[in-house]
Amino acid sequence: MAAMVINGVIDGLSWILLVAGGFFYLVGAIGLVRMPDVFTRMHAGSLSDTLGAGLLIAGMVLQAGPTLVAAKLIIILGVLLFTGAVATHALARAALQDKMHPLVSIPGKGKLIEMAAEDAVVPVTDLVPMARIKNRLNPGGSKP
Amino acid sequence: MMFAVAIIAVLLALTLTVWRALKGPTVFDRLLAANSVGTGAILLLALFGFMTGRPEFLDLGLTYVLLNIIGTLAVLKYFRYGSLAHGGEDEETET
Repeated sequence: MAAMVINGVIDGLSWILLVAGGFFYLVGAIGLVRMPDVFTRMHAGSLSDTLGAGLLIAGMVLQAGPTLVAAKLIIILGVLLFTGAVATHALARAALQDKMHPLVSIPGKGKLIEMAAEDAVVPVTDLVPMARIKNRLNPGGSKP
Repeated sequence: MMFAVAIIAVLLALTLTVWRALKGPTVFDRLLAANSVGTGAILLLALFGFMTGRPEFLDLGLTYVLLNIIGTLAVLKYFRYGSLAHGGEDEETET
């Protein structure tokens, strides 16, 4: 009887973790498509690499129980967390060295400009983060 | 059943990611999407193994996760220097 209750609780927790992981993975992929430039896309992609994969693997670990399979899953998650950070850092550094600049928005204008571009007459302290932009422009990115 | 739901979510996400990899205006967009496709393949492999009751597929997942980072860094280096054998001595310090 007690074993059945415990199994039910573990199954319910697995359901919650797997559905939440799938949701966050999907949100990260939607952000990868919708975001306006490469740096914000990295931000969205890291969501699916950390929270999405972490929750999915946690749900699978609960189903696997204390076995070798669970150990392999945890090793996969650990390597994913390390390599995701390294790959994103290398990508951002390579993009910056390739003379790409993050998009920023001017307050009150709702317009995105490229940081350190020639027509960026606003000082950097007057710029607000991307979170409050109203309308997107140039959906193809900052460079042709 | 619970694995089927997660597999459907991961497949949808992979579709969107592949779309970005095909469309991405710069090479960095394509690389970011390719990295995400690798992660999605690992998760899909693990979830499919669990759904069919054969978690032995996880060994393949371990291999993929190690190859994924090597591939990303190799392609980045190739597009930076034009050669994988470059030593990288004349790297710019100013970014």
